[in-house]
Amino acid sequence: MSAAPILAAFRQAFAEAWAGGAGALLPLGFLGGAAVLVPLGIGSDTQTLKAVGPGIIWVALALSSLVTLERIFQADAEDGTLDLWLQTGAPMAAIAAAKTLAHWLAAGLPLALASPLLALMFQAQASMDLLIHLGFYTLGGLAFFFWGGVGAALSATVRRGGLLISIIALPLYVPTAIFGALAMTGGIGSDGAPMLLAASTLFACAVAPYAMAAALRLAAD
Amino acid sequence: MWSAFANPHKFLKFSAVAAPLFYGAGALCILWGLWQGLWIVPKDEYQGGDIMRVMFIHVPAAWLSMASYSALAVASFVWFIWRHELADIAAKAIAPLGAVWTALCLATGSIWGKPTWGTWWQWDDARMMSVLFLLFLFLGYMALRASMDSRQKAARAGAILAMVGAINVPLIKFSVDLFTSLHQPASVITADGPKMAAVYLTPLLVSGLGHGLLFGGLVMTHMRTEIRQRRIARLTASALEG
Amino acid sequence: MTTSTAPLIQASGLAILRGERVLFRGVSLSLSPGDAIVLRGANGAGKTTLLRMLAGLTRPEAGEMVRAAPHHWIGHKEGIKPQETPRGHLALWAQAWGSKADIPDILEKMALTRAADVPGRYLSAGQRRRTAFGRLLLEDRPVWLLDEPYTALDAAGRTMLDAVISGHLRTNGAIIASMHDAAGFPVTNEVTL
Repeated sequence: MSAAPILAAFRQAFAEAWAGGAGALLPLGFLGGAAVLVPLGIGSDTQTLKAVGPGIIWVALALSSLVTLERIFQADAEDGTLDLWLQTGAPMAAIAAAKTLAHWLAAGLPLALASPLLALMFQAQASMDLLIHLGFYTLGGLAFFFWGGVGAALSATVRRGGLLISIIALPLYVPTAIFGALAMTGGIGSDGAPMLLAASTLFACAVAPYAMAAALRLAAD
Repeated sequence: MWSAFANPHKFLKFSAVAAPLFYGAGALCILWGLWQGLWIVPKDEYQGGDIMRVMFIHVPAAWLSMASYSALAVASFVWFIWRHELADIAAKAIAPLGAVWTALCLATGSIWGKPTWGTWWQWDDARMMSVLFLLFLFLGYMALRASMDSRQKAARAGAILAMVGAINVPLIKFSVDLFTSLHQPASVITADGPKMAAVYLTPLLVSGLGHGLLFGGLVMTHMRTEIRQRRIARLTASALEG
Repeated sequence: MTTSTAPLIQASGLAILRGERVLFRGVSLSLSPGDAIVLRGANGAGKTTLLRMLAGLTRPEAGEMVRAAPHHWIGHKEGIKPQETPRGHLALWAQAWGSKADIPDILEKMALTRAADVPGRYLSAGQRRRTAFGRLLLEDRPVWLLDEPYTALDAAGRTMLDAVISGHLRTNGAIIASMHDAAGFPVTNEVTL
């Protein structure tokens, strides 16, 4: 087996993310929206903002994964590209994983990279913690994109599939959200949380591609 | 080519007898359990006084919500591997019923929680959180099936999602337990485990059995309806083809 | 390309359901090198579904199928992304398939030289079809599965496509095409659904 189809799928998806999905502009738009709207909604109290800041970034990450993924497999099913990817002879799970990774790079990673900035706006102290948190957002976002990808693949042929993706993906996002938040609050018993976050992300990356592949074969049938 | 599908005749024959039996036995068990629970057993002040009697619905509902998702996952797996149509019919029948019992578990838990915790919803209770996510899994499954344009696609998509959900349930459960264990431990409702007094245990088990029988009967009735609907669809299709 | 006459595709008793409706059943066909099979049938008879089945995209409800050789697939939908140019599209699939084909040469054969760098969203339907047909020349594959190949092509486009298909058949290639019109290439067999 050659890796060429997988690399080609990655290349096409990355180009598509920048062309159609506006690339990093989309999640950064979320970032701006969350940063401005939340204080307007809950008030500008420093302690409150400090408390909700990390959670807001997790929510923005989850939303950005849902909004980004809504179209990726649906567009493939509509324009016939899915048929071609299913016939390359390469494992569909690897191709689905490559596509998901490409969209995470375009929409999930920029958000994680911008998280220290948002944290500062939410009154966090400027410290090394912000960079550690950046790592958590990077890992957690990857899990969001992979589980969201399963929802996206399952609803690839469904009109208004975005709503469906949300309800399918929400319960699958729970472990990541919990481990991620625990890793940041650093309370009692949360010493292992970063490891658990990494492990659950690894689990997502290992399992989700197979479900995506089965769902995409169904979408083409 | 219909031989490619499972022949559901045996099931129709079996369930014609079994479903009424399940309903009758289930009703007897539930009524006896409720009578015991609401009038006979003493109230437990540690569990909120008379309100703890909601346990005789709440706990069976909790058992059934877990059991029905397991059943959904098993039926989906069987369908995915062997393409036995009856397994898909079972999965389709289980999902809405499982969702109803899961919602019943949440509602009764909430009613029990208000006087004891002082709130309708306790984010720190691992069980309520897990059951809530179970409800989302059921709803997602039903929404996905409903949005597919043929029964074959609904079966395949549903099976994939049910299996993905099933392998995630332990992880969700573990993470929720971790989440809640770091906050205030919810020690009010201790319906299961060795702390349960024997005086409550018997009515609870009988009530649980009753709910299980009722659930089983309803699943069979749903399946019978579905089998007949599919048969009608087939007859209509072949009549249209002439 | 293979010179043996062993069948490239052998299918028998194929059947498919759509919902509860039987789209077709008992369809058998055998494709040998040099064969050109044309699928006929009214709209909705299942020509596209049969082709997708032969491509491995759709699972038959019943029947046996042996696919012994690699194939090219040109579906109703071309598989071109809005941001992809014809040149970029062919380059991408050349990369995916490990093909060393001369892409400017293919673009010229398909009369796409002027449109070579126009993004997919601005291409006409005919130009999109030509781009998709360009994939046929990226890699030598014995079997071509073509779904209504003449759709959206002008007279010059049809002549060009007929020449490409005839060339493929002469070199022991084989095609299965669903069509409504008379074929401009030598047809060995017609299957009516």
